[in-house]
Amino acid sequence: MGKRTIIPFGPQHPVLPEPIHLDLVLEDETVVGAIPRIGYIHRGLEKLVEKKDFQQYTYVAERICGICSFMHGMGYCMTIEKIMQIEVPARAEFLRTIWAELSRMHSHLLWLGLTADAFGFESLFMHTWRLREKVLDIFEETTGGRVIFSVCDIGGVKKDIDDNMLAKIVTVLTELEQELKTLTDVFLHDSSVKHRTCGVGVLSKQAAVALGAVGPTARGSGVAKDMRTYGYAAYSKLDFTPIIEQQGDAYARMKVRIGEVFQAARLIKAAINLIPEGPINVRYKGNPTGEAFLRIEQPRGTVLYYVKGNGTKFLTRFRARTPTFANVPALLETLKGSSLADVPVLVLTIDPCISCTER
Amino acid sequence: MGYIKKSPWILHYDGSSCNGCDIEVLAALTPLYDVERFGIINTGNPKHADILLITGGINAQNISVVKQLYEQMARPKAVVAIGACAANGGIFAECYNIIGGVDKVIPVDIYVPGCAARPEAIIDGVVKALALLEQKGH
Repeated sequence: MGKRTIIPFGPQHPVLPEPIHLDLVLEDETVVGAIPRIGYIHRGLEKLVEKKDFQQYTYVAERICGICSFMHGMGYCMTIEKIMQIEVPARAEFLRTIWAELSRMHSHLLWLGLTADAFGFESLFMHTWRLREKVLDIFEETTGGRVIFSVCDIGGVKKDIDDNMLAKIVTVLTELEQELKTLTDVFLHDSSVKHRTCGVGVLSKQAAVALGAVGPTARGSGVAKDMRTYGYAAYSKLDFTPIIEQQGDAYARMKVRIGEVFQAARLIKAAINLIPEGPINVRYKGNPTGEAFLRIEQPRGTVLYYVKGNGTKFLTRFRARTPTFANVPALLETLKGSSLADVPVLVLTIDPCISCTER
Repeated sequence: MGYIKKSPWILHYDGSSCNGCDIEVLAALTPLYDVERFGIINTGNPKHADILLITGGINAQNISVVKQLYEQMARPKAVVAIGACAANGGIFAECYNIIGGVDKVIPVDIYVPGCAARPEAIIDGVVKALALLEQKGH
């Protein structure tokens, strides 16, 4: 048995832009334990509901995280709508689904790029981000923003997408799918990528369930958990089945995410095909009274919102349980027994969003 | 861009931002603008860096990290605060855990506006910081 050494990893480190600190306990080159330390991005935005009214808070909710910004705004609005029993028009539900799935595409492409960067495949990183820009161009053309859009509002959405733009989205996505096919073939079949991901960081199905893993981390281990199957927004009208892999290693999680990029493109096209005419938002009166729970599926997994209103325009409590928070125990499990050189890949494999986690 | 005499190396640190500005910093480095073709490299080592790009406000936990990163950088150095949060806390200014903008802890040379700041604005901020580095170097 070798001597135990503790190597500090982070908070400023080259793996991902966000700060997280891990004390890695090593025996020679093998990681035997990891102790996380968080709080570097904690802002305390849940308590901001006492200072900003429930309509203004939509903008704060969007800034829980800049990557899944639209989905955070949408989840918050859906929770308020649930309390106030606001019926959202069908067209708004479809528009929300289109933007949400576009967000999933951009988030997964971002992750694929960062992963390529983590195992030192720089050109693959650059090409992934080149394709990701096409999704951001759609965002900019439809909402005006590249990362934070502020289009979701309580009672619907603020902007409509006209028929010409919808047709253009289909054309862009069809072209993008061709290019993505070439790119993801490298991720799935290149021997150097396989060497860094196959059999690395195996999370068994039992462990994934016991540790409460969510999103692609759980689905890569064969757990069919996806909130979209419950059919919120317009998902009930679209043909949706979650993508699942059984092996539970870094490669399986990557495969799930690659599958979801193409699935998102299919869902967007199907939604554009079915989108009804009509209004995009409804007017409502009063303030929220009562409480509600809501779960939606983000790129990183299930997010849970809780809102409690007291009849005034300021809410009593807002709570968000974000997917990365649920996936940290799974990360610590996969780190045990791995080699030090694999740590960057493993940290990325849960697609960590520290900004979400610490709020 | 006449005054670019050297290619700065950049150190990027996420203070307490929402990631929005951070992914835009990376977008400026990747094929959209590809500033790496000018030799501008995102380094992980503060001792190699000329310009510190910092996003997000300052909180109790990261205050020492930000100070330490700044102190480790070799002179001449410039600090670019990116986004509304880095300027004064932005939308989170009223949060209990936000002390304020980056200039509460370290001297800031350039402020880049926006929530989230656009890649064009970030590049503009870096170019302005380069001019400052030239002055500071003499």
